[in-house]
Amino acid sequence: MRLAPIEHKDIKVDLTAMIDIVFQLLTFFIMTFNASSMEGDFTIRMPLATTNAEQMDIVLPDLITVELRAGNNGNISSIVADGNETYIEGDMFQRLTDYVETQLAGVGDPESAKKTEVEFDIDFGLKYSYTVTAIEAVSGRVQPDGSIKKLIEKIKFKDNSK
Amino acid sequence: MKFGKTKTETFEGDLTPMIDLTFQLIAFFMLLLNFSEVDRAEEIMLPSSILAVPPEERPAYQIILNLEPSGAVKFQGQKIDQIDSLRPIFVQEINNAAREGVINPADIAVIIRSHRDTPTGLVQKLIMKCQGEKLESFSLRVKEKIN
Repeated sequence: MRLAPIEHKDIKVDLTAMIDIVFQLLTFFIMTFNASSMEGDFTIRMPLATTNAEQMDIVLPDLITVELRAGNNGNISSIVADGNETYIEGDMFQRLTDYVETQLAGVGDPESAKKTEVEFDIDFGLKYSYTVTAIEAVSGRVQPDGSIKKLIEKIKFKDNSK
Repeated sequence: MKFGKTKTETFEGDLTPMIDLTFQLIAFFMLLLNFSEVDRAEEIMLPSSILAVPPEERPAYQIILNLEPSGAVKFQGQKIDQIDSLRPIFVQEINNAAREGVINPADIAVIIRSHRDTPTGLVQKLIMKCQGEKLESFSLRVKEKIN
């Protein structure tokens, strides 16, 4: 049997509709794209006060108290460290970092940073950005080579919410 | 004068590379689409810090609270005007956490995203309110500052 040769025809698919919808999708994603910056955390552990006898035996860490006082419009007016070191003007936060570093070095124990705790006593009206800067000041410092030297990890707040 | 007939030809450019590229762009934007935006109130301007550490892993259960300077709290797109009115939300979240296997409320991570101009006393009030529901683990979220 002799078969007739099959005639090949180019089938042309109309891509217009698909390209239209693809461009609409692309436009949608570009318009809704939101490049948000990275976020990080400062962890604070604030357990409830306990009267449990077992937990009362835990050795309390060394404590540094830092008072942050608010001036006009919630701006910072002074920092008092351990009730005796007062910083009123200049680079207060830098001096706070220096103080904490000196205190840790004075103990002579390389593990002192892990054992020491900072308690913040903050005026109600102080702007939160100053609180974060103070937490940053006691948490560590950036070395000239760009590396970070960690200082205090344990941070808590004194209850000034009332 | 008689002109010869002009032969018109349809010119079809090869659209394959353009379609390829467009699909790649769509894939790129789809992957970057952040579905967790509902937890983040974009109007909250966070303070920034060099030392803040991005969380290495997502906690077993987390509650993200967005605190405005007025004292209003935004939680999952819902605005609560008073910190004191948050109790029902905490109770519900603690129950949800228990259903997901986080039995102890102290293991629930509370992430506070507070506006930089919020009085710190309100942040403390929020923390105390959480403590009243036996929540103990807190993270203060800040914007990462590039050194």
